[in-house]
Amino acid sequence: MYAVEYQKAKSATEASGLIAKSGGKALAGGQSLIAAMKLRLAQPGTLVDLAGIPELAGIRVEGGALAIGAMTRHADIASAAEVKRTIPALAALAEGIGDRQVRNMGTIGGSLANNDPAADWPAAVLGLGATVVTHKRRIAADDFFKGMYETALAADEIITAVSFPTPKKAAYAKFPNPASRFALVGVFVAQLGDGSVRVAVTGAAPSVFRAASLEAALAKSFTPDAAKAARVDAAGLNNDLHASAAYRAHLVPVIASRAVAAA
Amino acid sequence: MGANESGYIGQSLRRKEDRRFLTGAGQYTDDVTLPHQTHAYFVRSPHAHAKIRSIDTSKAAKAPGVVAIYTGGDLEGVGGLPCGWLITSVDGTPMKEPPHPVLAKGKVRHVGDQVALVVAETRNQAKDAAELVDVDYEVLPAVTNPVEALAPGAPQIHDEAPGNHCYTWALGDKGAVDAAFAKAAHVTKLDLVNNRLIPNAIEPRAALASHSASDDSYTLYVTSQNPHVERLLMAAFVLGLPEHKLRVIAPDVGGGFGSKIYLYAEETALVWASKRVGRPIKWVAERSESFLTDAHGRDHVTHAELALDKDGRFLAMRVNTTAAMGAYLSTFASCIPTILYATLLAGQYTTPAIHCEVKAAFTNTAPVDAYRGAGRPEATYVVERIVREAAVEMGIAQDEIRRRNFIRTFPYQTPVALMYDTGNYDQTLDGASELADVKGFTARKAEAAKRGKLRGLGYSSYIEACGLAPSNIAGALGARAGLFEAGQVRVNPTGSVTVFTGSHSHGQGHETTFAQIVATRLGIPVDNVDVVHGDTGRVAFGMGTYGSRSLAVGGTAIVKALDKIVGKGRKIAAHLLEAAESDIEFKDGKFTVAGTDRSKTFGEIALTAYVPHNYPLDKLEPGLDETAFYDPTNFTFPAGTHICEVEIDPDTGVVEVVRFSACDDFGNIVNPMIVEGQVHGGLTQGIGQALLEACVYDPESGQLLTGSYMDYAMPRADDVPSYQVSTRVTPCTVNPLGTKGCGEAGAIGSPPALINAVLDALAPVGVTHLDMPATPHRVWQAIQSAKAAA
Repeated sequence: MYAVEYQKAKSATEASGLIAKSGGKALAGGQSLIAAMKLRLAQPGTLVDLAGIPELAGIRVEGGALAIGAMTRHADIASAAEVKRTIPALAALAEGIGDRQVRNMGTIGGSLANNDPAADWPAAVLGLGATVVTHKRRIAADDFFKGMYETALAADEIITAVSFPTPKKAAYAKFPNPASRFALVGVFVAQLGDGSVRVAVTGAAPSVFRAASLEAALAKSFTPDAAKAARVDAAGLNNDLHASAAYRAHLVPVIASRAVAAA
Repeated sequence: MGANESGYIGQSLRRKEDRRFLTGAGQYTDDVTLPHQTHAYFVRSPHAHAKIRSIDTSKAAKAPGVVAIYTGGDLEGVGGLPCGWLITSVDGTPMKEPPHPVLAKGKVRHVGDQVALVVAETRNQAKDAAELVDVDYEVLPAVTNPVEALAPGAPQIHDEAPGNHCYTWALGDKGAVDAAFAKAAHVTKLDLVNNRLIPNAIEPRAALASHSASDDSYTLYVTSQNPHVERLLMAAFVLGLPEHKLRVIAPDVGGGFGSKIYLYAEETALVWASKRVGRPIKWVAERSESFLTDAHGRDHVTHAELALDKDGRFLAMRVNTTAAMGAYLSTFASCIPTILYATLLAGQYTTPAIHCEVKAAFTNTAPVDAYRGAGRPEATYVVERIVREAAVEMGIAQDEIRRRNFIRTFPYQTPVALMYDTGNYDQTLDGASELADVKGFTARKAEAAKRGKLRGLGYSSYIEACGLAPSNIAGALGARAGLFEAGQVRVNPTGSVTVFTGSHSHGQGHETTFAQIVATRLGIPVDNVDVVHGDTGRVAFGMGTYGSRSLAVGGTAIVKALDKIVGKGRKIAAHLLEAAESDIEFKDGKFTVAGTDRSKTFGEIALTAYVPHNYPLDKLEPGLDETAFYDPTNFTFPAGTHICEVEIDPDTGVVEVVRFSACDDFGNIVNPMIVEGQVHGGLTQGIGQALLEACVYDPESGQLLTGSYMDYAMPRADDVPSYQVSTRVTPCTVNPLGTKGCGEAGAIGSPPALINAVLDALAPVGVTHLDMPATPHRVWQAIQSAKAAA
């Protein structure tokens, strides 16, 4: 690891200021960033630690929505009674992230800001049509994810919370990469309060995306068979050592059908 | 736990060494810190193949904390890393042995090839400075596949090895094989790939070298499976040091699986540099370096043919293999796809004629050498895969075709040089069939089909040659070292015992197993026995641990030393008891005059040996400390049958190993718990190869694409089932313990069992071939191809 300046912020606004001034990076749970720094693949001159900022903590049920503070650890989301009661799919998703160590350190806000193409949280946020709340504004999920490791966030913009609408039904199913256990294909399906269906896919493309063919099929019939019968175009999907684009395209409806069955 | 009639033999004693491992009190190389220690980092090639135009270290030399920087040009008079086994080609020419420089000279030949050594006050400073070393490369085309490396026009890796050809070696009677094929009722042909593996010991390689100016001697702590061999090779063949001036200590070592047998460049460079720097130097591999530079395993491309008569009896086998050596010849690279491979092609069968030709190729990859099983998994994979195909083609049941061809008369001379001393292959096949509930398989398959899943059953009846082996035979086959083992039993004055063994334990539990043998033979509590290993300064000599040889060879050396101890004790007892030596019996820790109750305990004899007031000093030396060297008269031949049951999800291609049954014959067993642990570990490694692990290089650039756990899939606990294992015993006839070895069997037997099971499961959908590893992607693609072809 290269030498790095460490700073600790007391508020999101202060953190934003420190990042703007130093040109550094925000440190959330550090489960991607610290690993990349240890490999010398990332070299932020300054790290601004968000761990002690009160406004980024906590899980709240607000009307028809569940708001999760950006610095909430995966393990805390997995075990939170509010989450299990309102959107159990999120607790199940959190329980399946990485390993125990990662879940005890990694945060939902950190995962979203990083937008790893195979991360789990982007699928939930896009699949539920959640709202990403920053210290400056509210960003709809459909506007948040911009590409591989790219989001709508400004360099000094801090996610404070994510607000999830409570769906009628939702579930996430993941087909793991045999080596990394990241999602080779992960599918989040949701039937929202207004009856509309959203399907978000992670792992399969450079960034999380909504699968229109699956949404159409499931809007007609929210059943595993309907999902499995849908077709996904391989064009634009990842083609790598672990899976061809054709294999990923085949897996998306299969995994979607498992998510529907679990919803 | 106390000793019963057979003492501690056959008892599952908890491992003595586990207390320190489980409480973090182990002492690994990186746990050792010497005063004034410096740290090393190696500048490595980012290219698979390139000329080095120039190296500029001037900027790096001025970086903070830098103590010294060395490049290949600095190592005047230092030899290349040697290969320990000479293979002679069919045309009588010796294998090509291009230089293997400690630091690259003029050229790099694989990604990770070491180019410069940077020594600094801290690890981070060394690493920072290494980034400032400016190497000007002229990148050359690379070749990573052994078959392509031997093709005309392939990039030339070494001037000394035209066409990247290392050797073409053959074993067996080609004429007899051709004649048998000519009259065969059926011929089965098979092309297969044995996938390249990366060893992944949990402790990365590490070294700490120091030089003492007071007596011009060196001490090297290193992650080694065989410190004496390391010392011999480094001192005599590379650095030109007298052996008594180099002490090699391999303290606790966190796994080896073969990858820590070899003499590597890093520790050699450290020893050389430690005198020049005048301070100790430590190097610990980062995991990325382990992936790039630990010697890899396997990497064979094979065409095999089996000739059968109309009843499915094997008449002959013909095998052509191309094996990758990697960029340089690692310490034992040359003998793995030859001596340890072709000799095993008889398997458990009476195949009367076998011919095998092996071409070895240099490639722009990490060197390839022994990895758990070393040649024998590759041989077993060929035999057990082609036997399965032959049975399918001829409509013979998988167990039946094996039974029709089992060897049942011992000793048995195979057509590929080995003489099996003993075995009973029917009983291990019976045992495995029982564990596997083969009878219930049809019902389980039908039940799985109802759930839309495909079930399959796969057999593998393997044999291995362990306990390497008679030095004279190995020497005749090209070995440049002996293959004996040394053991020393030092009885202390109060009757406790310190055992010094040339075997090295890096997970095998020798400290317990060897203590059980000693305590049993001397009739003393096992807690009174400590085992010392891994230090050339304390242990007289040793050939180390590999090839499942420790108990059969190292254990026997200890037994031979114990015989000397008891023999001397008998003389002392005869003197004390005023009886004839021939009348003294030794049993349960007591020397007794036969037919009387007059006796002396082992402790009394030990004390007398060291306090020789009443002692036959005119006839006998005082003290009770004996050493034995044991050179076995033959290999040992563990064998068994593994049966794998898989369930495949055709929607995703996921293969689940639902049941794995192994019935093994390891001869006599000292500690059943440790044996079971070894089997579990071996099976998991074998399943890893068959299901998950694949080392992949980019064919164009030669970059390692599976250079981390993000892309290289190691087996995890939830990838494997709860194993069902059992043993049958035919005691080995060549050593007094009757033991054969168990360390590699799991990794040897399991891969073909798994792939045979996968192919059995996929047969209904038309899949007829699959190479390892059976990843979901590959299985799904095979299903799609079969559907498209239908």
